[in-house]
Amino acid sequence: MAETASLDALRPPRTSLRDKLLTWGLWLGFGLLLALSFKGAQIGDLPLLGRNWGNTSTYLRDYLHPDFSDRTTIAYYVREMWVTIQVAIWGTVLSIGLAIPFSLLCATNIAPAWISFPVRRAMDMLRAVNELVLGTAFLVAVGPGPLAGVLALALHNTGVLAKLFSEAVEAVDQPPIEGVRATGGTRLQEIVWGVLPQVGPLWTSFALYRFESSARSATVLGLIGAGGIGQVLFDNINSFNYARVSAIALIIIAAVILIDMTSAALRKRLV
Amino acid sequence: MPSLVEVQSLSKSFALLAQSPDAARTFKALDEVSFTMTRPERIGLIGPSGSGKSTLLRSLSGLILGDAGSGPVIVLGRTVQMDGRLGADVRAARADLGMVAQQFNLVGRLSLFTNAALGLLGRIPPLRGLFGLWTPEEKQRVMRALDTVGIADKASQRAKTLSGGQQQRGAIARAIVQDARLILADEPVASLDPVTARKVMELLVHLNEDRGVGVIVTLHQVDYAMKYCDRILALKDGKIVYDGPADGLNPDRLSEIYGPEIEQAYWRDPS
Repeated sequence: MAETASLDALRPPRTSLRDKLLTWGLWLGFGLLLALSFKGAQIGDLPLLGRNWGNTSTYLRDYLHPDFSDRTTIAYYVREMWVTIQVAIWGTVLSIGLAIPFSLLCATNIAPAWISFPVRRAMDMLRAVNELVLGTAFLVAVGPGPLAGVLALALHNTGVLAKLFSEAVEAVDQPPIEGVRATGGTRLQEIVWGVLPQVGPLWTSFALYRFESSARSATVLGLIGAGGIGQVLFDNINSFNYARVSAIALIIIAAVILIDMTSAALRKRLV
Repeated sequence: MPSLVEVQSLSKSFALLAQSPDAARTFKALDEVSFTMTRPERIGLIGPSGSGKSTLLRSLSGLILGDAGSGPVIVLGRTVQMDGRLGADVRAARADLGMVAQQFNLVGRLSLFTNAALGLLGRIPPLRGLFGLWTPEEKQRVMRALDTVGIADKASQRAKTLSGGQQQRGAIARAIVQDARLILADEPVASLDPVTARKVMELLVHLNEDRGVGVIVTLHQVDYAMKYCDRILALKDGKIVYDGPADGLNPDRLSEIYGPEIEQAYWRDPS
């Protein structure tokens, strides 16, 4: 009897019919979703890519000859690129300042539900509205220029960072916090000495990621008049000056790579 | 002079996830527990796993709240909790209470010095504690405490880089910085090797005998409790089943308390 029982126990687990059907159903659903969106996304027109290749290559030819001939113009582009980076720096730093208190209010292990729930929804809203949309609103408020871009980035990033920061807070170890509580520390001291040291590396890492992405977003914000390199890029596209556009694109790419590398190096050191 | 500890009919139930429809929904971790400590003793809390040792110890500092209707927990003349609610001056009580836990409760990324200095939080103005602005005298006090436990040379190291024994001594140093009149130690030697465990226990004995600090320690190892404590409180199913001198416990009585777990209750041969 005992042997039969142990053989039974050794039988490898079988996937039940219900689980199998569920798996196949999920794949089927996914396939159906792709088929449904085939027309809407115009995937059927993909062959046009080959058919219109002649036009495209003429258009791209100018890109292969970036115009770096005029030094003063190039210096101007680099200055504008620097403006864009400054927009990203301030947009990120302001958002960190705002995200820290909001993230603590979002964290369910710190704030009671009646606070964390509404604050979370507010952060959802900030995240849901694209920087470009926020940017147009700020253009009206403070006029065209980099400040509108800074404010748009700051607000959108606050939504993103508050969510990321609060998730880090919710994952902290409880014993060190209890250690601080047990010495007679206040609630705020528990956060400063028990929570912040634990989340510090992750927060730094998240903030640097957001800075990288802000630098890219700040470029796009130039398109709506928020200054910097994006605005110059847009002006040149509108005047069909593709050799110049190509030069600007290269400057942007170089700057973004530089920022990513610096930020990666910082992350490695700080985290 | 008030008692160091006074606990009157303290009960604590935990909600259980029902395994089967007829399973009990709550688990009584503490069942009408009462005891007092009138002079600085070394009390060993023993009992099988799940008998309520840690729950009782953590209730003494208000980290766990008893059920509604529970009597008061009065520590050093201050009400820590009563009727399932924290007392008004619980922070003042905690300032005089040193807490030492199995997992050390230190903040891993902070230096050993800062961790020990956190023992000052309950004694200095909140704002100064929030920013860690220790006075030169306070810094001296922290270093003296680290010296007492024999790890002053590790002061600048991050807590997480220290060995288990060093971290445990760091937690005791924090209690010394607190000038704690009562130390609550929750399985302080459970994650240590026998040699380090002995040193930690001897340190607690030293604090009790030379500085008049009361010590309540939960220990899974009966032999440690009998060797280092002068009074034993044995818990079983949330009830105190023995309260008396260590030499009043004989093997039969212990077998009765521990049941089948008795074989794991000794670290070494008791002889």
